[in-house]
Amino acid sequence: MNIFVLLKRTFDTEEKISIANGVINEDGAEFIINPYDEYAVEEAIQIRDDHGGEVTVLTVGNEDAEKQLRTALAMGADKAVLINIEDDVEYSDQYTTAKIIAEYLKDKEVDLIIAGNVAIDNASGQVGPRVADLLDIPYITTITNLTIDGKNVSVVRDVEGDEEKIETTLPLLVTAQQGLNDPRYPSLPGIMKAKKKPLATLELDDLDLEEEDVEAKTKTIEIYLPQQKQAGKLLTGEIEEQVKELVSLLHTEAKVI
Amino acid sequence: MAHSLDSVVKGGSFLIEDIRADQVFTPEEFTEEHLMIAKTTEDFIGNEVLPILDKLENHEFEYSVKLLKQAGELGLLGTDVPEEYGGLGLDKITSALIAEKMARAGGFSISHGAHVGIGSLPIVLFGNEEQKQKYLPLLATGEKLAAYALTEPGSGSDALGAKTVAKLNDAGTHYLLNGEKQWITNAGFADVFVVYAKIDGDKFTAFIVEREFPGVSVGAEERKMGIKSSSTRTLILEDAAVPVENVLGEIGRGHVIAFNILNIGRYKLGVGAVGGAKSAFEITVKYANQRKQFKQSISQFNLTKEKFGTLASELYATESSVYRTVGLFEERMSKLSDAQAQDGKEIAKSIAEYAIECSLNKVFASETLDHVVDEGVQIHGGYGFMQEYEIERAYRDSRINRIFEGTNEINRLLVPGTYVRKAFKGELPLFEKAQKLQEELMLLMPELPGEEALALQKYLVKNAKKIALMAAGLAVQKYGTELEQEQEVLVNIADIVSNVYAMESAVLRTEKAIARDGLEKSKQKLLYTEIFTQEAFNKIEQDAKETLIAVSSGDTLMMMLSALRKLTRHNPVNVIAKKREAAEAIIKAEKYTV
Repeated sequence: MNIFVLLKRTFDTEEKISIANGVINEDGAEFIINPYDEYAVEEAIQIRDDHGGEVTVLTVGNEDAEKQLRTALAMGADKAVLINIEDDVEYSDQYTTAKIIAEYLKDKEVDLIIAGNVAIDNASGQVGPRVADLLDIPYITTITNLTIDGKNVSVVRDVEGDEEKIETTLPLLVTAQQGLNDPRYPSLPGIMKAKKKPLATLELDDLDLEEEDVEAKTKTIEIYLPQQKQAGKLLTGEIEEQVKELVSLLHTEAKVI
Repeated sequence: MAHSLDSVVKGGSFLIEDIRADQVFTPEEFTEEHLMIAKTTEDFIGNEVLPILDKLENHEFEYSVKLLKQAGELGLLGTDVPEEYGGLGLDKITSALIAEKMARAGGFSISHGAHVGIGSLPIVLFGNEEQKQKYLPLLATGEKLAAYALTEPGSGSDALGAKTVAKLNDAGTHYLLNGEKQWITNAGFADVFVVYAKIDGDKFTAFIVEREFPGVSVGAEERKMGIKSSSTRTLILEDAAVPVENVLGEIGRGHVIAFNILNIGRYKLGVGAVGGAKSAFEITVKYANQRKQFKQSISQFNLTKEKFGTLASELYATESSVYRTVGLFEERMSKLSDAQAQDGKEIAKSIAEYAIECSLNKVFASETLDHVVDEGVQIHGGYGFMQEYEIERAYRDSRINRIFEGTNEINRLLVPGTYVRKAFKGELPLFEKAQKLQEELMLLMPELPGEEALALQKYLVKNAKKIALMAAGLAVQKYGTELEQEQEVLVNIADIVSNVYAMESAVLRTEKAIARDGLEKSKQKLLYTEIFTQEAFNKIEQDAKETLIAVSSGDTLMMMLSALRKLTRHNPVNVIAKKREAAEAIIKAEKYTV
């Protein structure tokens, strides 16, 4: 079984976001594997352990992402590929990323691709489905269970709290929802072994892609922080007085009526 | 091999030599693997241990056992155990980092530390081949858990005064051990104990004792002030039958094991204290950012900033000292040949080499930790006194650190004591240097350090070393062999030496960082160094003055005080302003940040 995991390096969930000169300030920030992609890595390792084969983790980004790839290798993935676009692509979007990944995968023997449901930074949830579309294979998003029997696959997916059961066949792309599994910690032996596992770095050239081929389809107009939430106001007194005050506040303060 | 050991920095030599930045290890040099292992430890503690720490605090130690085994599966118990015995055989920096990250879990980290450190290391370092084969693979995975039994009701600091005895049985197959070992960490569940007893009442010897041996039992769980999530009981030995092959090391030379394991315990305690202090500091800064009084976060008050600046610069000096020491061990241990690494005497020599640094770290780090948790409670105000707040536990957990692994008093006394011994043995040319300094003091002219970054701090370190040597030299001259009785003077000297080590460690770390990352990126480190060296130097001046007045009089005293004035003359740093500045980055990062 040839399993590929699409992985993104993102801000640590505990980082505070600040904006300087219209861009998100990355100085001194901690980065992690996108938590949903961590489920994907774990799932891939478990499937490999049960069915045999190989897990390759793949990311598009710059050399800083090597650290997250190494972490996935320490968890148990076999190989890692970094497609470094730092020098070639100034502005990228989901199209860019999906196009590059699909181009890399198109001549590979792919049985299963697992991605995160969304990345916690831009949260578009698009890269997985786009890659499947470009490769012309089926995809199922937000899965919480995956069973493989030969070429047949049964999947449980989370539909806004409800469950949907789907059956399909390999090759397939799925995106991982929370609850799929409990990602392992990289163990110390795993960490030491990861040092010696292959981590290949490619550039657009190696995929015979030009900058124009992957040019973003969208433009970012502005980045801003959400407005600070004000503390709520608690009305007190007789219920009649409260209603009166509420109506007056809706008139004068909120100005909605 | 002997040749390569020559290039290793000698224990205690920092006091009389100029140490270069490239000779010290700094936390900025952690490898990617180090950081990943630290992260695994941090996540394990945060996700697995802290959520059930209350159960451990309530003495439900079946969870400790479960967690330790889980730690074993992750490899967190095997770093110091060589690969051929089922461990990972990683460097000392790795095991130090694990200890640092474990520390947030208070008592549980003590359970972990007792198992991997004082429990397992005696067998790793001093066990024979059969003992290593038999025990280490099980200890490395956590299948069996270890404890260390030295203290007795009647012998604490005076470890060799132990009353537990061992007698060979008539068949010559077993030693029968009788006595009580008190306050034994992990005693509630440990399978293997390293126990010290005197064969025939006089030959102090270490034994590997299994819980299942006949005659071995434990007392009731102790009710402690802090680290309640660790098990502490008495180990009771009543004709405990220990096979002769379980004698650890040489008969009658148990003290070699005991003292060297204590040394390791001390520097490990220093690392743990750094971790505990960082965690308590972080909790406190977060609280101060959230808590509003007089319509502003209490972190915005200058007095809070003063506390942050003070604590963080002490923490920086402690962290720098502790990892510098870990680096010394790593360097020296990695230069042992295979044959030497199998030889208990060589290993003991390597550990004993840095006995001074181990004691300094133990004292300095435990006092930094106590300072941080104390101010942590203070900044939390009344809430800090409430058990719902983590800082309350951190405060109670901290206190033992100044007591165990040798009280801070004992460890302070060991510093000048070990120096004098090293000098008499010819390991350090201390007397020659002190002699030379006395001549130099007569002609001493105050210097003007340059304006560049760290120039003043380096000057202060240089002069602090001279002050230490001057005070120690005078004391030796005055009291000779009677010096041992002058404990107040000895402790003053130890404190001066301690501050010298901490100042120099901070300065060298910052120097190294500036050389690599530039001044702009090393601003916070520079601020901590400026604040700490200034405050440490002020204390040195005070300790030196008190010492000079105690050991000399008349014209000599006048001369010495005048020399001290020359050595301490400088333009001091404005620490109030520097602390305010340092606090800004701390408040923003909501933790200790460098």
